Amino acid sequence: MELCDLSAHELSLLLRQGRVSAVEILESCLQRIARVDGRPGALEPGDPLPEDAERVHAFITLTAERARAQAEAVDRRLAAGEALGPLAGIPFTVKDIFCVQGTPSTAASRILANFVAPYTATPVARMEAAGAIMLGKVNLDEFTYGSSNESSAFRPTPRNPWKLDRVPGGSSGGSTASVAAGEAPLSLGTDTAGSIRQPAAFCGVVGVKPTYGRVSRYGLIAFGSSLDCPGPIARNVTDAALMLQAIAGPDPHDSTAANLPVPDYLAALEEGVKGLRIGLSPDYFRITFPDPERGEYDQQPIPAEIADAVRRAADVLADLGAEIIEDVPMPNTRYGIPAYFVISRVEAASNLHRYDGVKYGYRTPQPVQDLHEMYRKTRNEGFGLQPKLRILMGMYVSAAQYSAQYYQRALRVRTLIRRDFEQAFDPHGKYRLHALLTPTTPTTAFPLGAVYGDSVLMQYADQLTVPANHAGIPGISIPAGLDHEGLPIGIQFLGPDFSEALLLRIARAFERATEDAPWRQARPEVLQHLAAS
Amino acid sequence: MPAEEIDRDTFAHLVHLAALELDEAQADYLRRELNHQLGAIHELEAIPLDADVPITSHGVPYPPEICPPLRADDWQPFPNTADILNQAPQVEEGYVVVPDIPHTTLE
Repeated sequence: MELCDLSAHELSLLLRQGRVSAVEILESCLQRIARVDGRPGALEPGDPLPEDAERVHAFITLTAERARAQAEAVDRRLAAGEALGPLAGIPFTVKDIFCVQGTPSTAASRILANFVAPYTATPVARMEAAGAIMLGKVNLDEFTYGSSNESSAFRPTPRNPWKLDRVPGGSSGGSTASVAAGEAPLSLGTDTAGSIRQPAAFCGVVGVKPTYGRVSRYGLIAFGSSLDCPGPIARNVTDAALMLQAIAGPDPHDSTAANLPVPDYLAALEEGVKGLRIGLSPDYFRITFPDPERGEYDQQPIPAEIADAVRRAADVLADLGAEIIEDVPMPNTRYGIPAYFVISRVEAASNLHRYDGVKYGYRTPQPVQDLHEMYRKTRNEGFGLQPKLRILMGMYVSAAQYSAQYYQRALRVRTLIRRDFEQAFDPHGKYRLHALLTPTTPTTAFPLGAVYGDSVLMQYADQLTVPANHAGIPGISIPAGLDHEGLPIGIQFLGPDFSEALLLRIARAFERATEDAPWRQARPEVLQHLAAS
Repeated sequence: MPAEEIDRDTFAHLVHLAALELDEAQADYLRRELNHQLGAIHELEAIPLDADVPITSHGVPYPPEICPPLRADDWQPFPNTADILNQAPQVEEGYVVVPDIPHTTLE
């Protein structure tokens, strides 16, 4: 066990006791990165190298010197007896969809590859104000558009530390891979349809999608502005709570950041689940997806080992005193992806119109006749296939003649999805749930190349996570076992608006009750290789 | 296999509106995927929707008590305007330079 393998709260304690320095913690993380990460993602990576398949490739930009300066400053404060922030000396990585002043902020796209942010996103600024040390910017699906991290323009793309021929999930794949591989105890991600929770499940780490508006979006390069939620990724629930504490809260720079005080997420963390009502819904134990050849819908149960993990978790929580409520109807869950195909594309197309080769970012080097030709060539060369697909779909379904049929209808279906949750969580209703327990994903991590290119099948990877984004409610994914291949299985708790403290408490109760479970002793393949070398 | 909703002409119009310029391979892939996605989107039409179901433009309600107050409409200069201007691909004497802007005479 090296320093970089310890959790944020353990490191914080050691630092405050004077047993380690911030620089020692940082150097441990940098050493781990040097040993397991391989070459960073680049626009022109050349031919694949044999060693690429043995590395994680979480990073696009490592900011080691910036981090060293920050760590030295923490150590000086410590030596001078000055007060330290709650995350002092704790390294973290940042999904490269956040602006950080003076660093390349690429969105994993060629069109922003040369963009150096002139300001810092609020969640990053708050982490640094709390004393945390930014290690650098990590890879993602281009503009967050994907569930495998394979659409990034920066290659090699990240691999799953648990099994290096598998995807880490996405779009926060670099974030979850960096945390799972011990490169950093914390990472800042974003979740628009499941982009924190799905890769957290695939990489065996904890991921929190806060309530929409709980964490400021200022400085986040926008995808779906009514859906995007910045949130923490960590190796355990306590660390996720520590990080959410630092980044949550009102922000004068974001008018959608809720003007609500932030509760103490750590205060009630160990209070257990006795008396809490936790629901299970049959609608989260099956997946519905279209067969592209027949144009018809197939419905299948989720794989037995994932369903079993959820049921085992329910048993654990019942043993701890929770009341498990079966058969909670969530009938509109299956419409989450079709509605998302419309809503997110309209918002994405709107947000992507700003990339025009004029104000910042890439501009075509080709000779052009006029401004319009410059726009077309710039956008064709700068955007990858996934942004183009989203722009075209967003324009089609929001066109005046189709808007009622598609966009308006999808927004009304969104109302039905929201109502499912309101009925389940209504304190005076039939179910009166404190939380819903579900699988996070319909599969464990799939092989690289197995799904990428089929944009419909890829989107359905988010079927169990996207309803929370439509509804705006919070969710947390935590590890709950391994499948027959030794790949992590994630379970998800969903709760009413601004119930993060309760979700963290339930997740922590499960985590504590399973501390000694054999599956918790398993380590990612990349760390096993390290131990054997 | 359902009929293609987005035919070549509709697709070409969308590409024009989106200010894109695609080669044939990209166009074939993107048009195929758009039609596949529309196949999934059509599931929405099977949902019974009462006339009184309103739209939800964002999930969490924003009652006045959790809306941030509007700040004063004060001019706040950005400290490093050069950092912003320096991001533009072509700048001359503080102006962003672009190729010729085509003019259309409206009738």
